Amino acid sequence: MLVDDHTLTEEGLDARGGDPARVLVLACGALAREILALFKINKWDHMDLTCLPAKYHLYPEKIVDAVEQAVAKHCETYSQIFIAYADCGTGGLLQAKCEELGVEMIAGPHCYSFFEGNEVFAQTSEDEITAFYLTDFLVKQFDAFIMKPMGLDRHPELRDMYFGNYTKMVYQAQTNDPALDAKAVECAAKLGLPLERRFTGYGDLQAALAEIKAPD
Amino acid sequence: MSDEEDIILSELSDDELVPQMHDDLYDGLKEEIEESVNILLERGWQPYDVLTKALVEGMRIVGIDFRDGILFVPEVLLAANAMKGGMAILKPLLAETGAPRLGNMVIGTVKGDIHDIGKNLVTMMMEGAGFEVVDLGINNPVENYIEALESGEFDILGMSALLTTTMPYMKVVIDTMVEKGMRDDYTVLVGGAPLNEEFGKAIGADAYCRDAAVAVETAKEFMAKKHNQMSA
Repeated sequence: MLVDDHTLTEEGLDARGGDPARVLVLACGALAREILALFKINKWDHMDLTCLPAKYHLYPEKIVDAVEQAVAKHCETYSQIFIAYADCGTGGLLQAKCEELGVEMIAGPHCYSFFEGNEVFAQTSEDEITAFYLTDFLVKQFDAFIMKPMGLDRHPELRDMYFGNYTKMVYQAQTNDPALDAKAVECAAKLGLPLERRFTGYGDLQAALAEIKAPD
Repeated sequence: MSDEEDIILSELSDDELVPQMHDDLYDGLKEEIEESVNILLERGWQPYDVLTKALVEGMRIVGIDFRDGILFVPEVLLAANAMKGGMAILKPLLAETGAPRLGNMVIGTVKGDIHDIGKNLVTMMMEGAGFEVVDLGINNPVENYIEALESGEFDILGMSALLTTTMPYMKVVIDTMVEKGMRDDYTVLVGGAPLNEEFGKAIGADAYCRDAAVAVETAKEFMAKKHNQMSA
């Protein structure tokens, strides 16, 4: 059974063991549920998942070192490792590190882009620079990722300093879940933004993982 | 840093009030800062002294604790908001009293990017340090920067970006400055969360500044070099 969202945010997820005949997907904790769902739907039995804490989303400068350490930790027991991160605010440093380590990663600037589809996102993002994006995970962990670290739970008067230039919240739904839809409405209200729900499914995440073949 | 007991600001001596203002800035107490600024002015302090000894020094302490991981962004924003309140009182007076000017700067967030928290902090700290700043706001195409630089006597161009997707636009601006033969007339400072020193060098900026305090120190260094070159 998968750990809860709080644990995925704070601690991540351990790999279940190690097997040179399998591929390890090293992911952001914010993608754990989606990746496991894709494993199940597609019967990708040749892959294991391990996740770094999703809270690194808030401190992108930690991602590169953490990925390097995790690759070093698992490269003895897995013959192939795939990095399920986009650039995620690392300014190209994660891509450079992956090239140095000889591992593949997902294309795109961040998860909002690959969920929407990188090509589509690149075309529309210029018209949507005032959109604030949430995914299923971020809707569920809204307080942990937005309200608390930005201090809005203690100082709601800061809201417009952070979000005054945004004009809408776009909820990119990976699944159809009325409970999450209702929570997204609450999130938008907290930031004082109108909400647009957009079903994306798993977007380019699915395509990227589908490319991974079992080791020979 | 605040005490539980009520403090009557007007009853404090100057030597007590200034450290109290540092504490109030640290705690983000805008009304108290505004009150204290007015008290010092009524006591005959020069606006420039209020700015540097009370506000800028207070923000310097905030900046150190931010850099050292003791304070975080929300606390810095509250402190900045408090300083903004004090600055609003002082700014017109500073202009009247001819406070020293270190240099002139154009600053703006690049095209495609609406994030301005860092830029606003830099603007405020630069103004506090004695720079005249023209803030172009957010989502600036290259034309805005060039037009602003050509509109007056400026020393520094500051560009900010929060997104990996928008930070390459800084190179578009710098390349355009090179094409127009105006690059060497300005010091170009860049900043924003996904940037780093390597990126700053790669796009041809003079320096990457990791936070507002570093931006001020870097700007001062470049201005000092410029003056030394001019007087050599």
